[in-house]
Amino acid sequence: MAAKSAIEVFLRKGVDDKTSQKLVEGGYTFTKVARASDKVKRDLEKLLGEKKLKQLLEAVKSKERMPRKKKEKPLKKPEFAKKQLPVKVPERTPMEVRLFKILDKSSRVLPHAVVSEIASRLEGVDIPDKLLEKMIDLTIERFETHVVDPNESVGIIAAQSIGEPGTQMTMRTFHYAGVAEMNVTLGLPRLIEIVDARRVPSTPIMEIHLEDAAQDDLEKVREIASNIERTDLIDIADVDTDINTMEVIVKLDRKKMERKNITPEEVLRKLNKAKGVKGLAEMRDANIVIRCDEPSYKKLQRISEDTKLCPIKGVEGIQRAVIRRVGGHFVIYTEGSNLEKVLEIAHVDKKRTSTNSILEIYEALGVEAARNAIINEASRTLEEQGLTVDIRHIMLVSDLMTSDGDVKAIGRHGISGRKSSVLARAAFEITSTHLLRAGITGEVDTLEGVVENIIVGQPVTVGTGAVNLVWAPGGKAEGEK
Amino acid sequence: MAEEFNVLEHELVPEHHLLPEKEAEKVLKELKLTKDQLPKIRLADPCIRALDAIAGPVEEGMVVKIVRRSSTSGVSVCYRLVIRG
Repeated sequence: MAAKSAIEVFLRKGVDDKTSQKLVEGGYTFTKVARASDKVKRDLEKLLGEKKLKQLLEAVKSKERMPRKKKEKPLKKPEFAKKQLPVKVPERTPMEVRLFKILDKSSRVLPHAVVSEIASRLEGVDIPDKLLEKMIDLTIERFETHVVDPNESVGIIAAQSIGEPGTQMTMRTFHYAGVAEMNVTLGLPRLIEIVDARRVPSTPIMEIHLEDAAQDDLEKVREIASNIERTDLIDIADVDTDINTMEVIVKLDRKKMERKNITPEEVLRKLNKAKGVKGLAEMRDANIVIRCDEPSYKKLQRISEDTKLCPIKGVEGIQRAVIRRVGGHFVIYTEGSNLEKVLEIAHVDKKRTSTNSILEIYEALGVEAARNAIINEASRTLEEQGLTVDIRHIMLVSDLMTSDGDVKAIGRHGISGRKSSVLARAAFEITSTHLLRAGITGEVDTLEGVVENIIVGQPVTVGTGAVNLVWAPGGKAEGEK
Repeated sequence: MAEEFNVLEHELVPEHHLLPEKEAEKVLKELKLTKDQLPKIRLADPCIRALDAIAGPVEEGMVVKIVRRSSTSGVSVCYRLVIRG
């Protein structure tokens, strides 16, 4: 809307909402008001009243302009049939409840996994509370020897634990792994991709599960797969350009169309809606003919290109869909990925369908899902290479990447590049740039991290270095009075 | 499609719960943390939008409790602070 931008000009000059609306509706633009002659001013006075006119003229004259308002995307408001939060954590068994009660009584904590393992071993055994209590005491004693010490530098341990086996990985493995004749990036390139939080993975792949009603019916699965696979016009027809008659002739390939379940009418309808070809296509015999509406070869060429790329069917970004049988059910694997759109397709099991593009998961399902996806993808990549890395290290990396509410890369543009300490950033990459900029803006380094302290030659703030001892002279400490 | 898909039902998404102000304070006291030290979650996050529709309005500065299923500790609870954006 043109009027909207005209209103915005007034608003940015500090004119209030109502007045600017009135002005624009009355046919005044900003320049008209700014260069108003006396006659125009009189007209304006009639429209707005004396007081408002004064304000307006002052506002127009002022040099200051309000900063352009950043357009904030309106928040989505989904509506659900049933208003209920899904529960995903398994319910506690009676034995687990008993154990947790004992723990709560003495306000001690054990992880759920430990408790449920004890409970599963005790299933069906009649055991008095006293004995249970003793057992828990022993468990906690053992457990505490395995807990990470306070101020342990877990980050460095994680980095080493992932980095060392990483050197064993094949540099470039382009494997035709598992998934039916599909090319999947594996090994080090894939791991780097995950950690870099790259927007599009080099081989995006989706795993589309289907609802119960469809997942065993091959015919139906084929139909769904063909609806997901992106089909452009060039895939089902030959496109010729006739320079004499200034026409683009589309020769439809009936066989291919039949296989993809497309009718000529459908193609015609899509063509008439497509960008660049709008309304020019018409049926002639068995072919579709597009007449160029301008006597220009350039335009004809453009129409020909647009026609070839005209999307007929399918989801944008998905080049190929392959059906495979996994565990007795049919699953569709796709080359290319578009989670948001695929989740809208009927008969797709929305709860299980997933992609290997972490950014897409973040956009469609949120940070927590992205965190899980990073853990899954990274540990699977390492596992496929025959490497065992404790999942806790990967979880730490994943937690760090998602702790700001979005997915950040590890490295220059992500976590290392955003450290608060100048010296830490300078130690990582492009030293001089960081130091120079810090000098110009007058940054202060509080020497709280590890790297900074190594640089200045102080004990680092991990392990015993993080503990400060304070001696309170005078015999008794304050708390003992 | 008539019914919209609830992202919270997806298998990759853990449970999200909105914490009442009082409970959030209790949790923070227990963990000896201030609000801004918590991990963040955006207001535009699909899960927060879904939570907003189900459990009432979610605003900036609220604390969300997330109950994850974890392969190492079975069930683990964590908290995220809702931020703008």
